[in-house]
Amino acid sequence: MVLPLICAFVYGESENVVPWLVCIALCVLFGFLLSIKTSGDRNMFAKEGFVSVALSWIVISFFGSIPFVLTNAIPGFVDAMFETVSGFTTTGASVISDIEALPKSVLFWRSFTHWIGGMGVLVFLVALLPLSGSGNLHLLRAESTGPSVSKLVPKVKQTAKILYLIYISMTLILIFLLWFGDMNFFEAVTHGFGTAGTGGFGIKNDSLAGYSAYSQVVITVFMILFGIDFSIYHLIILGRFRDVLKSEEWKVYIGVIILSVAMICVNCYNLFDNISDAINHSSFQVASIITTTGFSTLNFDLWPEFSKCILVILMFLGACAGSTGGGIKISRIIILVKSIAKEIKIMAHPKTTLKIKMNGRVVEHETVRSVNVFMVAYLIIFMLSILLISLDGMGFETNFTSVAATINNIGPGLADVGPASNFSCFSPFSTIILIIDMLIGRLEVFPLLLLISPYTWKK
Amino acid sequence: MNIIIVGCGKVGQKLVERLSEERKHDITVLDTDATIIQDMIGQYDIMGVVGSSVDVKSMDDAGIDVADILIAVTGSDELNMLTCLLAKKLGNCRTIARVRKPDYAKILGVFREDLSLAMAVNPEQMAANEIAKVLRFPSAIQIDTFAKGRVEILKFKVPTGSVLDNYKVMDIVAKLKCDILVCGVERGEDTFIPGGNFVIKSGDLLSVLSPVHGEAPFFKKIGIKTNSVKDTIIVGGGDTAYYLASRLCESGIRVKIIEKNAKRCDELCQELPKISVIHGDGTDNRLLLEEGLQGAGSFVSLTNIDEENVLLSLYAKSQSNAKIVTKINRIAYDKVIDNLDLGTTIYPKNLTAENIIRFVRAKNNSFGSDIETMHYILNGKAEALEFRINETSPVCGIRIDKLNIKKNILIACINRNGKIIMPRGSDIIQKDDSVIIVTLSGGVENLGDILL
Repeated sequence: MVLPLICAFVYGESENVVPWLVCIALCVLFGFLLSIKTSGDRNMFAKEGFVSVALSWIVISFFGSIPFVLTNAIPGFVDAMFETVSGFTTTGASVISDIEALPKSVLFWRSFTHWIGGMGVLVFLVALLPLSGSGNLHLLRAESTGPSVSKLVPKVKQTAKILYLIYISMTLILIFLLWFGDMNFFEAVTHGFGTAGTGGFGIKNDSLAGYSAYSQVVITVFMILFGIDFSIYHLIILGRFRDVLKSEEWKVYIGVIILSVAMICVNCYNLFDNISDAINHSSFQVASIITTTGFSTLNFDLWPEFSKCILVILMFLGACAGSTGGGIKISRIIILVKSIAKEIKIMAHPKTTLKIKMNGRVVEHETVRSVNVFMVAYLIIFMLSILLISLDGMGFETNFTSVAATINNIGPGLADVGPASNFSCFSPFSTIILIIDMLIGRLEVFPLLLLISPYTWKK
Repeated sequence: MNIIIVGCGKVGQKLVERLSEERKHDITVLDTDATIIQDMIGQYDIMGVVGSSVDVKSMDDAGIDVADILIAVTGSDELNMLTCLLAKKLGNCRTIARVRKPDYAKILGVFREDLSLAMAVNPEQMAANEIAKVLRFPSAIQIDTFAKGRVEILKFKVPTGSVLDNYKVMDIVAKLKCDILVCGVERGEDTFIPGGNFVIKSGDLLSVLSPVHGEAPFFKKIGIKTNSVKDTIIVGGGDTAYYLASRLCESGIRVKIIEKNAKRCDELCQELPKISVIHGDGTDNRLLLEEGLQGAGSFVSLTNIDEENVLLSLYAKSQSNAKIVTKINRIAYDKVIDNLDLGTTIYPKNLTAENIIRFVRAKNNSFGSDIETMHYILNGKAEALEFRINETSPVCGIRIDKLNIKKNILIACINRNGKIIMPRGSDIIQKDDSVIIVTLSGGVENLGDILL
């Protein structure tokens, strides 16, 4: 929180310095209280790992929302909490109608939450702190995305460092490229953070529509890049291109993007002036949705149904496992599709022995099972949320896409929550449901379920 | 260092535990069993690869191209050797293999060059050597040798009513006029590195350091017998028994092996003509008494079942004054077993792991540490480390009582060109000495680390 304070100073928002100081003081105090009350037992098992990840996300969201309240940017606490969770979970859904009216320090904080939340708060801590011991992997596992998480190098700390180094350098390149274009430094940084975390908080009411085609293309490319598994970059740095080529996920991911862009281009051709405009806008929207970023360059709510439907499907697909994006993840989809194919083959030849393979190696039964369970849990939560939100009496399209946009950490949905409007229309109760959905989506369902499960707390 | 450990059995796990404690190694484990790998990477900060060690792809995944040391400790000798051979071809690493079959062990000398093994470890042989050492000096529970065999650390229990009861450590030198050094005391769960004013109680486990054969006068003065046992009864005729019996025969100790399996009895009888082999159930009390348990000088239980070994030893203890040695395979329960008063317990798996770690440490020398040899003493709670001194060393040329040494660290012994010096305050460490340090805290990598 020191960064926004500096930001407040730099942009001469003297009336906002005090709230930031108060927040920093509160955080330090809370951290101090926690450090007093540590138990002697330093062992961290899987359960502790998951629970502490879930708990710390809730705690940081709470503290992260204090600045919004104190600076009077968002007076209501639930709304402020929504905004912060939306930031940390890289959703990018907002309750603020007039973003441009906010002080710059608050805008910076909003974008910064994206950046931190993108790779994971605790991964960051693991990389920095001299934590020893073995339980850290459980933290990494609970916070990273995808069906199976493994380390890049033998040491957890080293792994976390590598991830963050890749993340930081890519972000810096992006910020530089944006700054080089038609954005000023502040705009470049905030949009850089929003893109890197695949978040989607802009600083303009019309998101990115007002910027040049150059900035839009740069952001499109980087959204796609941040949606790829970071271990791919590690392999590229190590020069192991053969392993990169073997990996299926990013190929499917790129394939899906190209296919969707093509279909939308054809479908919406008459909405645009020329072909390059069509490709630019449709690829931006597709990249924004599939990586679950949620920026927009136009109001895609006005597109034909077919294109909108493609976008909704993309919402669920999500980015690659091990990236900063949300959604179900391409790798899970691949495993699911392959298990469907396997099931069909087994029906035709009941005695065949089949194994699901990915990246040229057999996927453990355990992984397939956990993917299946994930899907079921995900669907149940999804339907339950829609049911609860429909109490507000909005249209089905709004309810459906608002839950889809939050649980997949995207941001804008369609109809009343489309890119041109925001989430302020919901009642506090629905807002809380959506907050929970965002956290569930970001932490991939189970850490949060574990937190509320009674088994966890029994001795 | 980059270390690959192939096989996550008990030895593999122990290795991972110890090596990951040191924190400076990047460890990768390779096993065909996904469950074990999952378990291991959940417990320790290491990388796990599921696959076969003789599969080029799995070895690549494990990072064989950058590995410094590969340790093959699967259950199969053949696989271990093949793994090392493959590792040598795929990368440039030192290889360590566990080879336990006596037949292989015998011919290993012939083709060790071809296999280019840096080290072959044989748990059974190590256990046998350890037991033989103890039987030659039955009052000791554990014996470690340093400085190329010139110095020993002996662990023994202070018997009730001993002269040493209520004795101050400094009085051993002053009153008994013995040139030995008490470098560690275990009392119940606590471990101490005693200062001069430390008072010894009966029941303590004392670790004393002395030049080889220099301990005899000390033990004579405190009334503990030092002569080797004359005969021994071994129950269980496995590989360890074979190695042990052949060693003991060389030193003229009468050996009697009780073995259940008739075929194995025949084999032992052919291989070791000097010993007497009894075909029978070692757990049969009557048979043990018949074979002279009550008058035996020592009793070694080496069956493959830990529980049986423990019970046999307890029974032998109740029937005779023999020196008891018990082999335990399972490492996890060592604390419980230590409370049982079984005399000397031998953990082959631990021995194997420690031997390999000693090698890794020595290899680590070129990576910034100066340790020459290293032993775990005081039940694994303390380390005895041997260093070589050069002129740049921070302790070189200063009187020992002027050195500001950390708590729980002891300069135990100086080896000057083969002459063993028990260091007193006025002694000065010189260039080219080698020094043995005893430390409770661990993490000492060069001599600078012992100073405040």
